[in-house]
Amino acid sequence: MAQEIHGMVEKRGAGLWLTHVVMILGVLIIFFPIWLAFVASTVTQPEIVKPPMPLWPGGHFIENYSKALFSGVNVPVSTMLFNSLVMAIGIAVGKIVISLLSAFAIVYFRFPGRNIFFWMIFLTLMLPVEVRIVPTYEVVAGFGMLNSYGGLIFPLIASATATFLFRQFFLTIPDELAEAARVDGASPMRFFWDIVVPMSRTNVAALFVILFIYGWNQYLWPLLITTDPEMNTIVMGIKQMFPSGDDVAEWPVIMATSILAMIPPVIVVVSMQRLFIRGLVDSEK
Amino acid sequence: MEKRVTFRGWLLPLLLIAPQVIISMVFFFYPAGQAIWQSLFIADPFGLSSQYVGLGNFEFLLSDKFYRASFVTTAVFSILVTLCSMIPALFLAVMADRLIKGSGVYRTMLIWPYAVAPAIAGVLWLFMFNTRVGVVSWYLGNLGYDWNHVLNGGEAMGLVVVASAWGRISYNFLFFFAALQSVPRSVIEAAAIDGAHFWKRFWTIVLPLLSPTTFFLLVVNVVYSFFETFGVIHTITSGGPQQTTTVLVYKVFSDGFVGQDLGSSSAQSVILLFIVGLLTIVQFKFVEKRVHY
Repeated sequence: MAQEIHGMVEKRGAGLWLTHVVMILGVLIIFFPIWLAFVASTVTQPEIVKPPMPLWPGGHFIENYSKALFSGVNVPVSTMLFNSLVMAIGIAVGKIVISLLSAFAIVYFRFPGRNIFFWMIFLTLMLPVEVRIVPTYEVVAGFGMLNSYGGLIFPLIASATATFLFRQFFLTIPDELAEAARVDGASPMRFFWDIVVPMSRTNVAALFVILFIYGWNQYLWPLLITTDPEMNTIVMGIKQMFPSGDDVAEWPVIMATSILAMIPPVIVVVSMQRLFIRGLVDSEK
Repeated sequence: MEKRVTFRGWLLPLLLIAPQVIISMVFFFYPAGQAIWQSLFIADPFGLSSQYVGLGNFEFLLSDKFYRASFVTTAVFSILVTLCSMIPALFLAVMADRLIKGSGVYRTMLIWPYAVAPAIAGVLWLFMFNTRVGVVSWYLGNLGYDWNHVLNGGEAMGLVVVASAWGRISYNFLFFFAALQSVPRSVIEAAAIDGAHFWKRFWTIVLPLLSPTTFFLLVVNVVYSFFETFGVIHTITSGGPQQTTTVLVYKVFSDGFVGQDLGSSSAQSVILLFIVGLLTIVQFKFVEKRVHY
């Protein structure tokens, strides 16, 4: 009986195959832009500018990629990759560290101004960088942080999301642990390092995945503050590779760059899928 | 909710919270305050002096036909991006949920576009639809359709919508799929015994049970299309042709940095702040009290 009901709900036979066919078609359609970019990164410029371009990879993979990585258009792509890496890791680590500390202070202490600070952090939730670009740009310029890693990272690391997430999690840590630490005469920081941080490991990892992607994929902010090509990140630098005016874009190199730009975040997301989904659900709820 | 057991002292917690508070002050509150302040002034073209104009910038903006058009553009864009990313995602999630085996493989494949930055997505779609070398535009041309998003505003809008929605399909798929997996099998099986076929079950049982997720995603996707699609628009159309794809966030950028009109750009920032505030409240309402049947 149970078997029959299952048969009614989950598809068998022709229906099952049809479902697979639909899924494969869906995956192919969604994948097509990436596939096309990959193909374009393995053929020559003349093959692309005389449409239609081939839909199967050609033999110029090494040539195009080494050209992109080591000479690029304005600046070698390897430089931009490095800048992106510094920015993404800086933002992820920075956000996690300041959020762990401030959430710990808010949950485990009663101090003057606690509520005011809490609301201050809460309000930053409402201010995406896109909304306050001009004045934020002026602040960063005032500090002389244009074209610097500090300028790329600091304005983006104060986010309430991570603080709330940790606050939520700290509240679920049993009171007995803090009680025991106090009875044993352990200092608050000792408790923080030995109990709270190790217990938050999974949350930290999940958040790291989300924040790394967030940092890597930033576009508007690096566009504004890195006027020096040496400081460009790969995601914003790719637009600078298009010629202004009537020149024809160097498509194989540009497409190789776009593939290089998506490899690190794709590796992070696919290899840490479980943590990623957990981080996504946690940080949005 | 509060902890019953806390530590004593006030200096240590102040030191712990200081980094976040200082960064918020310097990079959030001060610039936001500046935006509000500057929105009350009009600067001369050389940036040497500025004159207090009260709400003049706002009055000017609200009567400016380009700004009003940008509001409409943003609304159309957000609705289209939300629909184009949620409907295919729901469809794929329903299909994946019907499979007993193999759905994990499809999920891994479908996650990819989420990791692709909006600006990179813009470059990929621009490449496919490029008027000179694009494969899709070439085939369209063969079918007798002359694709030119550089001149045609409707096509430009279509292209930025699809490029923006593309990566979001992954995101929405993950949430829909997780929600579908948590629909109790017993309910579905009971309906199946009563003779309800697949689509009947979907409309009468599954979709209502998904409504919390659907409403959550609606709000999140609208927020996304407002604030995170700058990269797509900048790479594909730069707001053109004739400002047909200039959404509000893009206009803050183009008026503030390209046009150097600080007063107007700040006033636009303040209006956006107001919209963000509203959206955040809506988001919290939905997240707190999910729609339940």
